[in-house]
Amino acid sequence: MTTSTDQGGSGSGDTAYRLEPDVSDRGETVCVIGAGASGLTAVKNLREHGFDVDCYERETGIGGAWNWRHDRSPVYASTHLISSKPFTQFPDFPMPDDWPDYPHHSLLLAYFERYTDHFDLRPHIWFGTEVIRVEPAEGDRWDVTTRSTGGYGTERTSRYAAVVVANGHNWSPKMPGYEGLADFRGEVIHASAYKDAKQLRDRKVLVVGAGNTGCDIAVEAAQTAAACWHSTRRGYWYAPKYVLGRPADQVNDAALRMRLPIWLRQWLFHRILRLTVGDLTRYGLPRPDHKVYETHPIANSQLVYYVGHGRITPVPDVARFDRYDVELTDGRRVEPDLVVFATGYLPRFEFLAPGLLGDEGNGRPSLYLNAFPAGRPTLAVTGLVQPDSGIFPISHWQSVLIARVLRLRHTDPRRAEAFAERVRAGVGQRYAGRVKESSRHWFEVGHVDYLRAVQRVLDGLEKAA
Amino acid sequence: MSQGGRLRILRGRDWADPVRPVRREVLTATPEAAGDRPPVLFVPGFGYGAWAFEEHWLEHAAQRGFPAYAVSLRGHGGSGAAPEATLRAYAHDVVQVAASLPRQAVLVGHGAGALVVTRALARYPARAGVLVAPVLGGPAVLAANLRRNPFGALPALFGRRVRWKRRQLFSTGLPAEAAQAYLGRLGGASGRAQWQLLRPGAAEPAVGNPRMLVLGSPDDRVVPASALDRAAQRYGGAPLLFPGMGHAMMLDARWREPIEAILDWLEKLPTRG
Repeated sequence: MTTSTDQGGSGSGDTAYRLEPDVSDRGETVCVIGAGASGLTAVKNLREHGFDVDCYERETGIGGAWNWRHDRSPVYASTHLISSKPFTQFPDFPMPDDWPDYPHHSLLLAYFERYTDHFDLRPHIWFGTEVIRVEPAEGDRWDVTTRSTGGYGTERTSRYAAVVVANGHNWSPKMPGYEGLADFRGEVIHASAYKDAKQLRDRKVLVVGAGNTGCDIAVEAAQTAAACWHSTRRGYWYAPKYVLGRPADQVNDAALRMRLPIWLRQWLFHRILRLTVGDLTRYGLPRPDHKVYETHPIANSQLVYYVGHGRITPVPDVARFDRYDVELTDGRRVEPDLVVFATGYLPRFEFLAPGLLGDEGNGRPSLYLNAFPAGRPTLAVTGLVQPDSGIFPISHWQSVLIARVLRLRHTDPRRAEAFAERVRAGVGQRYAGRVKESSRHWFEVGHVDYLRAVQRVLDGLEKAA
Repeated sequence: MSQGGRLRILRGRDWADPVRPVRREVLTATPEAAGDRPPVLFVPGFGYGAWAFEEHWLEHAAQRGFPAYAVSLRGHGGSGAAPEATLRAYAHDVVQVAASLPRQAVLVGHGAGALVVTRALARYPARAGVLVAPVLGGPAVLAANLRRNPFGALPALFGRRVRWKRRQLFSTGLPAEAAQAYLGRLGGASGRAQWQLLRPGAAEPAVGNPRMLVLGSPDDRVVPASALDRAAQRYGGAPLLFPGMGHAMMLDARWREPIEAILDWLEKLPTRG
């Protein structure tokens, strides 16, 4: 069973220099960290490729960020998908035909529950168990230390043949620092603490951030709050969710399918936007300083509509906070009693020693295909992508690739080594076409560019088989 | 992956132009006691509906402990009309039903339904795939049928439905009036799908590496023995043969033998892991 060559097949404890008595050897089993969307598809695809899997999940249910019961879940009552069904579903488990184009987050959780039961994944998931340490052991193996969530109980350490990290990147809020913020007397929350439109009712709300969440909250504030200011650093393209009577991403991919060059797609998109939404500056919104497709797309049909009804007042970036009001960069002052920072999240891997993922103290892993660190052939990350489309198909293909690479280590070690070489050469590559280098989205990818890269690698491995 | 073709993960067509849903007929037979047997989804060929499996196989599978389902492809049986349907739309119907089942399903396709199943296997990781008297398309099958049933098969050249002769589909063991009644219930696939059957193109490989079983009859007057052998070779093995049976194996007099063989094979499948 064991294929570890370093130990020479000895079973006695004293020859294995690090195998302490309390480390249980899980043989060829692969450890998956997290049972959210990316973790689930990793478990399913690893099992499909013949691996035994132990998946650790800190919560008591599956679904990760998409399970509203979880304390780290960022979803709010009205969260709907931003990408339409074909871009969101796992490529081998379609969502039902009778679901809408853009399902609600509760449907999405139901989808993950069905996926889990359909492929019988639950027996492989240890719920209520958090991973506190992942340390390299000899023979490219890993010691994974877990305990009950919340720090109760004893720690347990198990040794795995490989580790797949699927701990998500939308749970650790990124709070901006502004001068005077500490002395501001109004309420300040991060979007992660926003759950329901009730929180906005009859209040004067300042929403900071033009991501999809910021726009959603601004729209909800437009419907319930007494006043709503929406602060953005620059002008953006607010793409409607439907164009020409079809989900906008499907129309966009129709153009991609025809392999229209980017300039032509940009021109088309600008024309369509011009015809459907019109000139954004007419509404008082700042003129975008970039072309479409150059920043993370924002899909929101309602924002511009409510700006046009005077329910949302677009304002520039915040300059400083005072005790009772907020000064904006254009000198205007507004007096919100609630400030919502929709300023995003930071990926965190606190169970991994810095450097293991190629990060240089800046918390930004340096990975090949956003998944493989250099020099660690049995460690991989899934779901660490910010695509211009749905994330789950990408997680799916990442885990298929991870499973095949791990299998290659047994069936064709030379090829596996060639892949490791490729990883070393390719860490840090970007797959985002023309997207502007942005500190916000260093793991932004274009779904077609990215999947094309995965396709090439899969084809390369296929030839090996 | 032995089925040829390469795994395609850029699916511009599926993304930009998803198949439009059509109302689907799904017939069900549930075992009395819940067990750990996988669900079995039967996929009829062109012209047949779910009714073809309702006659015998559905109930029989349930009696042996398999939750059994049969779908009517769009434009067939009790499913919604779809005059423009393509193979892609048929495969979509099958994958939708398979993914709606509580557990990972086995796909069983008969006739051209086997071709639909091979397409569906590229979009859904089935527990296993079973091809019964498979019509995987191509000019050879048309040629054979033109020889045996020139007037009936000729319309296929123009995307019209084939007019089957009783002896092509059924053995002499089946009473003539029963056979005639079945023939009367046959419909037809859409013209576009008929056309695609002539040049189906290379199938994408199955996902999830399912086990495959091919069975047929040497006396099938629709699928020539050479085509059956080729299909079996492509999916790794020799076909299970049931001499003396006609093409419509789920309706013919000795319908019990092939379904018994399929269920025996499924019982012996190793559970994953």
